[in-house]
Amino acid sequence: MTTRTADRAFRLTTQAAAGVVLVVVLAIGAFLVNRAVPALRADTANFLTETSWFPDQAKPVFGIAALAFGTLVSSMLALLLAVPVAVGTALFVAHYAPRRLARLLGFLVDLLAAVPSVVYGLWGLYFLKTHVNDVAGWLDRHFGSVLTPLHSSTGTYGGSLFLAGIVLAIMILPIISAIVREVFLQVPRANIEAALALGATRWEAMRLAVLPYGRPGIVSASMLGLGRALGETIAVALLLSTSYDISWHITQPGGATFAANIALKFNEAGGTGRGALIASGLVLFVITLLVNGVARAVVRRPTL
Amino acid sequence: MAKRIDVSGLDAYYGKVHAVADVSLTIEPRSVTALIGPSGCGKSTFLRTLNRMHEVIPGARVSGKVRLDELDIYAPDVDPVDVRRTVGMVFQRPNPFPTMSIYDNVAAGLKLSGVRRKSVLDEAVERSLRSANLWVEVRSRLNKPGASLSGGQQQRLCIARAIAVEPDVLLMDEPCSALDPISTIAIEDLMVELKERYTIVIVTHNMQQAARVSDVTAFFTISAPGEPGRLVEADTTRKIFSNPAEKATEDYITGRFG
Amino acid sequence: MRRRKLTNRVMGVLIAVTFVLALLPLFSVLWLTVKNGSKRFDAEFLTHSMKGIGATDAAGGAYHAIVGTLEQVGLATLMAVPLALLTAVYLVEYGGISRFAKIVSYVVDVMTGVPSIVAGLFVFAFWILALHQPFSGFAGALALTILMVPIVVRGCEEMLRLVPSELREASYALGIPRWKTILRIVLPTALPGLVTAIMLGVARITGETAPLLLTVFGADAINNDPFHGPQSGLPLFVFDQAARPNQVAVDRAWAGALTLILIVMALNVVARLAVRRRAAH
Repeated sequence: MTTRTADRAFRLTTQAAAGVVLVVVLAIGAFLVNRAVPALRADTANFLTETSWFPDQAKPVFGIAALAFGTLVSSMLALLLAVPVAVGTALFVAHYAPRRLARLLGFLVDLLAAVPSVVYGLWGLYFLKTHVNDVAGWLDRHFGSVLTPLHSSTGTYGGSLFLAGIVLAIMILPIISAIVREVFLQVPRANIEAALALGATRWEAMRLAVLPYGRPGIVSASMLGLGRALGETIAVALLLSTSYDISWHITQPGGATFAANIALKFNEAGGTGRGALIASGLVLFVITLLVNGVARAVVRRPTL
Repeated sequence: MAKRIDVSGLDAYYGKVHAVADVSLTIEPRSVTALIGPSGCGKSTFLRTLNRMHEVIPGARVSGKVRLDELDIYAPDVDPVDVRRTVGMVFQRPNPFPTMSIYDNVAAGLKLSGVRRKSVLDEAVERSLRSANLWVEVRSRLNKPGASLSGGQQQRLCIARAIAVEPDVLLMDEPCSALDPISTIAIEDLMVELKERYTIVIVTHNMQQAARVSDVTAFFTISAPGEPGRLVEADTTRKIFSNPAEKATEDYITGRFG
Repeated sequence: MRRRKLTNRVMGVLIAVTFVLALLPLFSVLWLTVKNGSKRFDAEFLTHSMKGIGATDAAGGAYHAIVGTLEQVGLATLMAVPLALLTAVYLVEYGGISRFAKIVSYVVDVMTGVPSIVAGLFVFAFWILALHQPFSGFAGALALTILMVPIVVRGCEEMLRLVPSELREASYALGIPRWKTILRIVLPTALPGLVTAIMLGVARITGETAPLLLTVFGADAINNDPFHGPQSGLPLFVFDQAARPNQVAVDRAWAGALTLILIVMALNVVARLAVRRRAAH
């Protein structure tokens, strides 16, 4: 074999591998559509606006309204809680902590991302839940009458979207923080020095030079965190006391998400039931593709 | 108000490295003082001790006295932030804030001090840009990013940013080393204008530049690699360039060394 | 000025507080997992399955799940690594700025965000429903492969880009063809980094539960054959035991979580420390 053909063969092999990756993503979409369509045809309710989930009845009734609501509420709550803490953490590691320690501290934050989601679920269920219930009860007593979402009409707090949102926040925090930290570390020293030389305090230097420079990174990292929260399955499946209704009382038990619903309903689902779950999975897939696609377009993320 | 800088027995360190040793020097107001010397002689480090920027680098510290008129800037109750507010600095490479417009760059320092009135800011921005000889070039595009300017314009923008807060002293760390010859001349002319109002200290590698713009020249050197930089002598620029007291200075000036 | 300094001080404290706040869950999770997990983290747990264990029996273990996890992750790694490594080589060495390479690169980025449950659904729809294959460890491995490929591609890509181009040029100048340069010079130079990237990928998929739920299905007994019939896996075991309403099951769940954390943390610490050490040089 001449050098030329060997070179070309190797090149084609690598290119084929890259092609396989492309094909897989297309295949995911294609097979989900393929399996979702029959179930959607069988659905006697409006798939987009129906809240209940009875796909295996003689006359199947199911829709994603409650799932979409629960997914969005828990993910947005997670984002709301996680982003400020993640940005603060990134600032601390990149520009406040002593240089020698910064690396170790960043490493610790990264470890938070390494904990498997099932372990977060277990921890949330048997440890955090009681504490969050106390917090939810306190919030309800003090603000419940003003802010209805904090009020529990049942007087119980348990497996709520509020709890799910908090655990999701913990899970996406290290992802957001790691990306934001990288961006903050790329801020040229000269910009920070320029601010300090103008007589800026350390915080003002952050506000003048670091935060504006990092803004696209913060936006993109938040989107990636949102994508992760939207698709998180097992922790939410363990924590939520599933109910298929749309309730703004986020501290009371109930709620459902796309991903958790698939995990919880899969074993008991019949033919149409599985098709229905696949259809809801397809919606989740499209949403996360959009969220991630936008995020990636802003900034490419460091992997390690 | 231009102020006199009085340095006595100043030492600067980076961790264990002794960068500058035992410098005593008086810098007169309304003049340009040039710091010259070979690479690594500590002249930039010395400059950064004059507005306490030196200590921004982790592990860096200073001993000795630096007085700004009557104020000892290293006294325990003095906040470095206040010092930097009155001692402006221009860096080797132009470093406008990349996310800000030309206008916001110049107004940044004033906004920090709490100035919010649009009319006051407008007036200060125009005055500073005029002083920096940049007004005519940018007045029609004040809301464009500072990074859209050429290198020489960016450096003048940084000078405008530094003088907008009306400091007493202006430190310049090789302000022309990243610029083309024409921009360099523009900045040099500017220094001569600005010394009417400020105390200017400039670090330069370019001896012609020191000779052209400065009233006083201070020559720094190191005796050997690893040794701290020292001040050899400081005198009127004319004296340093025509008849220096020290042999080392003469060798450096005439190009026999460094 | 006093207000500015006060703001500065307050923000400094707040920023330090957010950091502590971020780390609290880590220490809490690790501490509780060790504390609660050690109750049942014993020889029986590591050597027995759940076959024939009654609902309230304090016996039984995760042996079947550990075997399942090792096989599923092993198979996934065998499939994902060549695919990911070749893709990374393509992107770094050949792709350049071609349109195809750009699309692949973007798709890989987007793929890292595919929810793990969707990967499970896809394998279920494709492998089990369309191709009529049974639930098996291998089906789970397929789903894990989909999750692992983008992580490893990104990691390997980064490491390959760190190889100085002078090295490649020196090799070309000696008349060594491109493919040999890649195999003999570039890959060996980047090898430690590649290993790190792969280990992080392995750590990431070892903790995945959701895709297994839809593909390996779960089992209480030992099934050593990953190609036929339902298996269990450690994350699946934890999920299953955690959802049971009695303390002995919850204790087993914690012990399973401890096993899982030990594996995942060890992989992470070793992989990341290796990277840091090199970065320090």
